[in-house]
Amino acid sequence: MLKKTMVVISVMGILAGAGFAGEEPGTVSVDEIVKKSNHMALYQGTDAKGKVGMVITDKQGRTRKREFTMLRRDDGGSDADQKYFVFFVEPADVRKMVFMVHKHAAPGKEDDRWLYLPGLDLVKRIAAGDKRTSFAGSDFLYEDISGRSITEDAHELIRTTEAHHVLKNVPRHPETVEFAYYLAYIDKKSFMPVKMEFFKKPDRLYRVIEVQKLENIKAVENGRAVTYPTVTKTVARDLDTGSRTEMVFSHVNYNMGLKEKLFSERYLRRAPREATR
Amino acid sequence: MRFARSYLVITCTLVVLVGLSTDISAAGDTLGLPEGSLEGEVHGYAELRAGCRTRNDPHEKDASVMEARLQLELPASNAWLDVKYKGDVWLDGVTEQVEYDTRELWFFVRPLDFLDLKIGRQVLSWGTGDLVFLNDLFPKDWRSFFIGRDDEYLKAPSDALKLGIFTDVADVDVVYTPRFDPDRYITGTYVSYWNDRLKRRAGRDAIVSAVRPERWFADYEVAVRLFKAIRGSEVAAYAYRGFWKTPANRTGEGAATFPRLNVYGASVRGGIGSGIGNIEFAWYQSVDNESGCNILARNSEMRYLVGYAREIGKDFNGALQYYVEQLLDYGPYRKTLNGVSGRDEFRHVITVQLTKLLMKQNLKLSLSGYYSPSDNDAYIRPNIHYRYSDRISLEAGANIFVGDHPGTFFSQFRNNTNIYTAVRYSF
Repeated sequence: MLKKTMVVISVMGILAGAGFAGEEPGTVSVDEIVKKSNHMALYQGTDAKGKVGMVITDKQGRTRKREFTMLRRDDGGSDADQKYFVFFVEPADVRKMVFMVHKHAAPGKEDDRWLYLPGLDLVKRIAAGDKRTSFAGSDFLYEDISGRSITEDAHELIRTTEAHHVLKNVPRHPETVEFAYYLAYIDKKSFMPVKMEFFKKPDRLYRVIEVQKLENIKAVENGRAVTYPTVTKTVARDLDTGSRTEMVFSHVNYNMGLKEKLFSERYLRRAPREATR
Repeated sequence: MRFARSYLVITCTLVVLVGLSTDISAAGDTLGLPEGSLEGEVHGYAELRAGCRTRNDPHEKDASVMEARLQLELPASNAWLDVKYKGDVWLDGVTEQVEYDTRELWFFVRPLDFLDLKIGRQVLSWGTGDLVFLNDLFPKDWRSFFIGRDDEYLKAPSDALKLGIFTDVADVDVVYTPRFDPDRYITGTYVSYWNDRLKRRAGRDAIVSAVRPERWFADYEVAVRLFKAIRGSEVAAYAYRGFWKTPANRTGEGAATFPRLNVYGASVRGGIGSGIGNIEFAWYQSVDNESGCNILARNSEMRYLVGYAREIGKDFNGALQYYVEQLLDYGPYRKTLNGVSGRDEFRHVITVQLTKLLMKQNLKLSLSGYYSPSDNDAYIRPNIHYRYSDRISLEAGANIFVGDHPGTFFSQFRNNTNIYTAVRYSF
């Protein structure tokens, strides 16, 4: 499986090179790798929209499905604060439920989160929570979706392979997370993180997130045609429980010119056309 | 027996409809509809729900809830219009009738960049309280809440026009209800209550009859909210003109009425530490009883609420609220009582909500509690909800009323203490 993934990634990496001004591997510092991979994973374009489908399969092979549309907009171009909408479509009991997040990247500043419950027409403010809890009951954690702040970990480049920079990330506040450290495999060409391995003490691997498909999505940036290498299929596996979640990202659009005021109570109560079209 | 057969018929109908609707929604994806026409979907659920009283109630049936219910939801939209129908039909074992309720039937447009318009039957909410309502004067359905229907049914629909105006200064919501929509208050049909005239608890033996103001455009309600988000905090001011939402009649003679009511209030909600704090107050101006001497109308009141919610563990949330109702013009009110024990000047209520998710968030344990130290009564709602699959969920819970004085708010419902269970198929 890993071999296949690497092949896909290296192929995609070549394609990605067209749109991304990659640097010669070996000349970049750890800091640069971390910043660039953070940008690639979370901040490409000024805004984005896409459909997410998840299939959660437990150890016994029983499956559950999740489906939602995501809208994202960056506040400024500094790879920091972002605003998100998650419009749930499946399963039926959460259909039309909407989750809005104003993500604050500054250390110690909690995200603002709201939930809209359509049956009650209720806008609920959600207390900032443990980001290491499951997102929508899947094997992805909230933090896997919204992004773990790069200031939360100490980063070390432990090796460089033909295709990857391998970073070891040790949490600065170990008491706030369930892992001891994680390894991030960063594609050398695109700087996309393509695999993450989470370890518990001493060196027990218990959780793996692996990119299975990267696609180049065409977009327009400042009037210029560009392509953004985009992860369109990822699998998260919990080795302790035997559960896995496959996440497919489709109908991806970048730089639609979403306005900041979209991410307000008005559109939380009634989705903008941009989300439903 | 006849009833059991009807139950079977309804259940079969549900199964057929569920199958049918799945086909329709599947077909909707493939239909190449022309631009501008409405594209629709069919959703909803079928549910069986049963519950019984755990205390002997001489004025009610043993079954607190007994129903086979089908909810259909038909949303449709095109480039400029959203339409939605949502309706419930259920066989009700308590009333022994087939019941029907249109929960939503509305049209929504966004005609201008700064304007939203929603007209028709709709469910409406605002305010910061969690299961406590101060400036939210939209109709509630307390009987559904007390007998253990889904939380969704706590809100009853309004037939209204909602206008949203969005500006840089603030957002303004105006809800105009051309004919007064009262709460679905306790009448005695499903839930027994304290009856002032009989000076005892009553139920199906003394169904509350109330004269509802029901002249179109004369007995209207208007509710206004000014709303502004300021750096992660939400500030709002509210005004309402209409009627008390539940009937009042302190004389016990003749039918109960809905006296006129104006409400003015404000709220703030925002992050405090790692949690969410909220504060809200409301002045209930009882227009027909400004002196406090009118025994036919309720006194004016001040209502205050302060709350805090935060995560207290992994997938474990807690919320605490403190709520106070202050009866204004209390002196004149005491004099009208003629020695009968009436309400206290202050009613204090503490609410607690705990929610814990387990088994990959498929199992939800929740506990809501209201406790009034001044009335010395309480209302406790434990609930277990399990998502067996994406379509099937199972639920069990209880509504527990505790108290010694039969006339206090929660204590009057003591004999309605019930347990219930439900199975739901969603599509």
